Order: sequence, then structure tokens, then C-alpha cells
Amino acid sequence: MIKVENLTKRYAGQPAIRDLNFEVSQGEIMGFLGPNGAGKTTTMRILAGFMPPTSGRATVAGFDVFEQSLQARAHLGYMPENVPLYSDMRVTEYLNYRAALKGVQHRRVAERVGDVEELCGLKEVKKKLIGTLSKGYRQRVGLADALLAEPDLLILDEPTIGLDPNQIRQVRELIKNLGKHHTILLSTHILPEVEMTCSRVIIIHKGRIEACDTPDNLLGKIRQAGGVVLEAKVGKDNGAEQLKKISGVRDVITDGEDEWKRFSLRVESGTDVREEVFRLAAERHWAVRELTQRRATLEDVFVELTHPDLV
Amino acid sequence: MRKFYTLLAREVRSYFYSPIAYVVLIFFLIVSGIDFYFQISFMNQRQVQYTVQEAFFNSVFFWFAFVLIFPLITMRLFAEEFKLGTIEPLTTVPVRDWQVVLSKFFGALVFYLILWIPTLLYFGIFLRLTNQPAAHSAGAYFGSYLMLFLLGMFYLSIGCLTSVLTRNQIIAAAISFCAITLLFFLGLVQFILLDVTSTTRELLGYFSAIEHMGTFSRGVIDTRPIVLYVSMTIVMLTLTYQAFQSRKWRL
Repeated sequence: MIKVENLTKRYAGQPAIRDLNFEVSQGEIMGFLGPNGAGKTTTMRILAGFMPPTSGRATVAGFDVFEQSLQARAHLGYMPENVPLYSDMRVTEYLNYRAALKGVQHRRVAERVGDVEELCGLKEVKKKLIGTLSKGYRQRVGLADALLAEPDLLILDEPTIGLDPNQIRQVRELIKNLGKHHTILLSTHILPEVEMTCSRVIIIHKGRIEACDTPDNLLGKIRQAGGVVLEAKVGKDNGAEQLKKISGVRDVITDGEDEWKRFSLRVESGTDVREEVFRLAAERHWAVRELTQRRATLEDVFVELTHPDLV
Repeated sequence: MRKFYTLLAREVRSYFYSPIAYVVLIFFLIVSGIDFYFQISFMNQRQVQYTVQEAFFNSVFFWFAFVLIFPLITMRLFAEEFKLGTIEPLTTVPVRDWQVVLSKFFGALVFYLILWIPTLLYFGIFLRLTNQPAAHSAGAYFGSYLMLFLLGMFYLSIGCLTSVLTRNQIIAAAISFCAITLLFFLGLVQFILLDVTSTTRELLGYFSAIEHMGTFSRGVIDTRPIVLYVSMTIVMLTLTYQAFQSRKWRL
């Protein structure tokens, strides 16, 4: 559905993205992650045909986004960052206008507009001026607009930014459902969102792709593949020393000022040392109030790839 | 074509959604109404060699209002879309750049023509009250309004060009106001610079909107200004189109 080859974009000589290569196939939900200024929006704008790349090429549904821009644009629904809208139009009026621009057949316009209003929960505000809508509703108008022409591909630039947790949940559900019929490329800062919705993830940093894989594989790859946390009263024992003796434990960090100590154990990936830790604690008569395994999250992956000093 | 009409309808409507339309309409009606009143009271006091209609379209009062409306009509066309970012959804749907440019130009032109409709009433009211026509012939009306249309077309296209060059409406308005005022009053140079050669004066005369208006409002339809304004409009719109799609240049 999307094919990107050696895509590079420079602004006044400064590269925003460098030699991007990736593909998104039919039916995938691809998450696009990266810190601010990593080049996410630039990449999406190029794919949506808003601006040309400096070099390299990208195709959408087989059409070059620059050479055959009109055909490529006909295949995609794009929701830009911050959702710019005409504040002087009413919701239904705006969607009618957009449907006509997108070439939705005249007799189908009313039906399509009704459908997307239903889907995005806009029924109750359909007669309101867009300028008077809250951020959450504006965001939904943008999403409804992207869906109007039933495009094969949806490009959503930060669809959940500025929403409250309930709205984020709603939008996430909506995107998940849309993924059944559409190919989706979405960018976001919210990492749990990606873990829950996306089938694959691209992490982009300083204009380069740092990783491109399924969320599970990414989690498996990183150094800090999770660990075990133990909170215990160890008395006079040197808990860290004892815990380090367990095979599979690489490192132990101790926190806690009072008699309750908190030990964070780094373990080799693929090993579960909780049973050994429990035995040790029982043997040494430590009082235990927490023993949990901590799973690595995409956040760890993200930080490790984009800001290694923080790890 | 449907996409073009959709864009055009939105452009025309957006004037009436904003207060700009009403401010410009009222401002324009006041100034042109006062102009009409003054011209008639002036003609009531002394013997003159011209008609009411000629006087109306050729007064200084009228010209000042005339050059001021173009920046007001055109400044928001592109600049506002750039500023608000709405240009992004607009250019990522399958519409062509020339459709966008032409719809904005014709949208402004439609609004400009709407501005003129009330002035037709003046002549009707004059006829009713005085039982004499305001002009010698129908041709004089036709000529005046044709000239207004041609000048309007040209000046609106200048406004389109300045609006596409910036995201700041004030800058767009300031530049187009300068350009239009200079062009419009170019014809006055021949009265001010008395020591220039007659060739220069004649040359400037060809470009003088005031002179063109004088000719056309007498009912003389000269093809030279028609060609001048139509071709200059096309040049300005071509430049606007080029500037608009320059965002796609691979730099």
C-alpha cells in the first residue's frame, strides 16, 4: 500500500528525514513513533502529497506521490497534525464540501456524511459551527473527513493529541475497528496506544529509521528485557549481594531508606528468577511485601533507541 | 468541473460568513452614495457638459473608494489558508492547483460584482424622480460597467498574487494596495510632470485607468483596454498559479 524508497527531505539544506525505506502492506496498522522533530510529520506530508521529497520516491497504492499525485491522493484519507479546519462552517456543511472535493458521487454524499458522523460520534454537533467545537470534537471532524471517501489508506498525524483519556480510548477503539477495512499509518507520542493498536511499529529518530518491527519483537530486542522487583525487609543481610548470586541475575539496584528495601533485578532475557528469589527470601527469613516481574514496555524501547543516555 | 464549483461556492459563501463582506459592502455603499449625491448637487448648481452617469464614474471621491476595496476583498484569499493551515487539507484532496487558484479568483470576482449591484438602483431612482435618464444611451451604462468589470478583474488578480506570496493578510493588503494605487493613478502623471516628452505622456495614457474609464463611460468601447486588462489578468493569474504550486518545487 505504501512503499518508500530512499526518501530524503531537506529544509534549507538541513535534512529532516534521511534515506527512509519502509513498506506498509494492505491491512496493516503501522505506528510511527519518534520524538518531536524526528521527521514524522514531514514523512506523512510527503506521503499525503502536500510537499515533494528532496530525493527518493514514495508510492501510495502504486502511484508515485509526486509524479501521479492526483491518483495517489484519491486513494488516501489524510488527517493533518492539529487538524486545521474552516471555523466558519458547520460540521455537516464542511463534510459535504469535503466529500464533493474528494469526488464522492453526488447521490452518495448525504449517506457517507451521515455514516462518518455516526462513526465518529458527531451526530449531536452536526449543526454547530466548527469554530465553537472543543478540541476533541475538532479532532473527530478531522477523522471523519479522512474517512469520507472510504480511502484504502488512512494517514493520521497524531490523532489522539490533546484529547482526554476517555476520548483517547474512544479514538483508539475507532482506529482498531477501522484497521479491519483500511490500511493505517498513524503517528503518536502515546506508547501504550501503539502497543494496543498497531501491528507494526517504525521508530524514527533524527530523520532516520531506528527500528521497524512488530511491538513484540521490538520488546524482545532491547537490552533491558524486563526484570524482577523485590521489596523486602532483609534485616542485617546484604540483600543485593545475596540476590546477585542467583544465576541469571545480572545486576541489582537497591533503593529505600528505611528497613524496607526495594531491589530491582536485571535479568538475562528469557529467564524467570522469581522462584529462586522466593526460595532465598524464605531461607533467609526476609519479610516480603512485593515480588513482581516487570515487563519491558515500548517506552523502554523508545528511550533506549532515541535517548540511550537515559537508560 | 464539480470540484471547481464546490470550491467556488465555498469561496463566495465564506465572504458572507465573515464580517468583511458586510463592512466592505456598507463602506462601499456609503461612499458611492455620497459620491452620487455630491455629483448631482454639483450639477444642480451650474451648467455642465457631462451626464450624471459620467460624473459618477469619474469623480476622485469614487476612485479612492474604488482602489481601497481590492485589498480588502483579496487579502484573505490565500494568506488566511496558509496562516490557519487549512491549505494542507485543501491540497491533499484530489483537486488540481489551478482549480484552487481560479476558484479563489472567481470567488472574489463574484463578490466584487455583487458590490456593484446596488449602484444600478441609483440610476433607476434618478430616472424615476427626475424623469430624465442619467446617461445619453444604454451604451454608456454598458461601457462603464464593462470597464468596472475589466478593471476589477485585473486588480483582483493582483490581489490574488500578493495574497499567495505571504501568510500575513496585512502584508498582502499593503502590497496590493500600493501596486493598485500606483497603477490606477499612473494616468495622473501626465498632469503632474509637465516637462516630460509628449511620447512619454502618450505612453502613460495607454495605461491610464482613469482615461479608460472616461472613454468607456461615454459609451465608447475601445478594444485596446479590453485586450490590455484581459491579458494582464491572465499574466497575474499565471504568476499566482506558479507561486501557489512553488511549494512543490524540488529544492
